[in-house]
Amino acid sequence: MDLASAKMIGAGLACIALVGAGIGIGNVFAALINSLARNPAAQVTPFAFLGFALAEATGLFGLAIAFLILFVF
Amino acid sequence: MAIELHPLDQFKIEPLIPIHIGGVDASFTNSALLMCITVALASLIVIWGSRGRALVPTRWQSLAEMSYEFIAGMIDDNVGHEGRDYFPFVFTLFMFILIGNLLGLIPYGYTFTGQIIVTFAMAAVVFIGVTIIGIAKHGWHFLSFFVPHGVPFVLLLLLVPIEVLSYIIRPFTLSIRLFANMMAGHTMLAIFAGFVAPLLLAAGAIKAFAVVPLGVDILLIFLELLVAALQAYVFTILTCLYLRDAIHLH
Repeated sequence: MDLASAKMIGAGLACIALVGAGIGIGNVFAALINSLARNPAAQVTPFAFLGFALAEATGLFGLAIAFLILFVF
Repeated sequence: MAIELHPLDQFKIEPLIPIHIGGVDASFTNSALLMCITVALASLIVIWGSRGRALVPTRWQSLAEMSYEFIAGMIDDNVGHEGRDYFPFVFTLFMFILIGNLLGLIPYGYTFTGQIIVTFAMAAVVFIGVTIIGIAKHGWHFLSFFVPHGVPFVLLLLLVPIEVLSYIIRPFTLSIRLFANMMAGHTMLAIFAGFVAPLLLAAGAIKAFAVVPLGVDILLIFLELLVAALQAYVFTILTCLYLRDAIHLH
């Protein structure tokens, strides 16, 4: 296998990290909707967005690796 | 004809005024220019906003008051009353990151928060500062931070190294989170923008599909606006949480 195709495959594999971020973000907002439906007065939205940002960041670590493989090396 | 577009070119540091001091490259770069503009803008908002001191605030004044109250509330909620001593630092950090992120979204601008060295420098300042505050407040007792309460001794052998590791890893996760968000977002914008030109150059009816990546880019800009504000918020709130750990030890 030559280097160019190995890079493409590697970048694709690195993007698998986004699966986790997707599940995490889905969980965060599912929990937010659940809690707001049960108790509309709950002050949880700032925490939900904090959780969203933290979950999204983990996926972006993988995406950043994919970009590095594709465009830097 | 092919158009060569490199999505990472937007992060290239270009010297505007070359300065070399004894073999050290200390040039005034586009990154430094944007940081100067950011500092000037943040100062302008706060100084211009507090100029009138009206009882019924003008738009500028309420912008300054809102950002002040936002950070003051964040510190009160997360650190407690002792945290007010560190208000100037946290406020400066928040305004610097927020305005830097937002300025980066202007086309042909530059995102200095997309540079790992900038975010790591800020995270290292937070980490070292918080550690010094913790040691100054508690002395040797600060080390008890790494020992969880009510855990059998055998488990401590396992847990203390994990606690120490998770403490040392903080500046890295803090800096990489901001850097990766900014870099990935702006690279994604550039990649989708890069699809537009080849589609426009294509033959026949395929040209019409150039609308699709353009539309994706417009939606991504809204996401990036959210992310820019959110990441500034996350960076500051994590700084507050680390401060609370140092002041209260759990």
